[in-house]
Amino acid sequence: MIEIGLTHYLFLSVAIFTIGVVGIFLNRKNVIVILMSVELILISVNINLVSFSVYLNDMVGQIFTMFVLTVAAAEAAIGLAILVVFFRNKGSIHVDDINSLKG
Amino acid sequence: MLAHAIIFYFFSFVAIVSSIMVISTKNTVHAVFFLILDFVSVSCLFIMLGAEFLGMITLIVYVGAVAVLFLFVVMMINIDFAELKSGFLDYMPFGLLVGLVILIELGMMAVSWKYKPDFVVKNPITTTAASNTESIGLLIYTDYIFFFQLAGFILLVAMIGAIVLTFRRKDSLRRQDITKQVSREREDSVELIEVASSKGVRIND
Repeated sequence: MIEIGLTHYLFLSVAIFTIGVVGIFLNRKNVIVILMSVELILISVNINLVSFSVYLNDMVGQIFTMFVLTVAAAEAAIGLAILVVFFRNKGSIHVDDINSLKG
Repeated sequence: MLAHAIIFYFFSFVAIVSSIMVISTKNTVHAVFFLILDFVSVSCLFIMLGAEFLGMITLIVYVGAVAVLFLFVVMMINIDFAELKSGFLDYMPFGLLVGLVILIELGMMAVSWKYKPDFVVKNPITTTAASNTESIGLLIYTDYIFFFQLAGFILLVAMIGAIVLTFRRKDSLRRQDITKQVSREREDSVELIEVASSKGVRIND
């Protein structure tokens, strides 16, 4: 327990990933919380990549984490932009109404 | 070693508790603040692991940009978030079941993984440049330059997409039209009129 190894970080990552997935299931009506759950999942993937990178002594994991970070930022920007436009048109952010996006 | 363990357990406890609060709190503004707390503790863990550059980047990108963006949108959209919370308990059993299955599966992987005995480390951390930032820079501008440029391109596309999606042209505003101004001729705007003596001239007819 005292010696912190790779497994500890992997379990932290597993816990945050699971919380993110459960969050998507529980908040079926609130799109903002669903987007935040996606961010939680992405940060847990980042923890996984960085801890493997450090414990396997390979730098490439940290490089890949930067790309995950880029995609996460782009995804948040686009998702929130779609949300704002949707709110302007419908006046709500109910997930049940979003099937009207398919046209 | 003991201090390392205590700090690790403290930050991971804060990270897990705050991520539980993100998905379970009623007030969405509070959820965003818990998300910020989660990102801060994760970035502290990154710094503890020796990935200082990524810790700082996580702090800047997630806390400084993404979480603030969430906060803006939550405050801009004026709706009753408590009403959106209804049905939380209906989905609870199914969500917890799926979560439990994922937790068991990933936990089994986390304790039983092995890496290949002939695993080759191409870019070792210890023998390269002095600092973490320098070794990331040495890799990202040489071997991974194409992917780095591609990441920048993704950000450019996301920026253009967000602007195009949310941009609204208002008809009530009088905008400057350069082409129209430059292509204006003398004949379009100036007219010479012979004014007869002691008679007025009607303009704008």
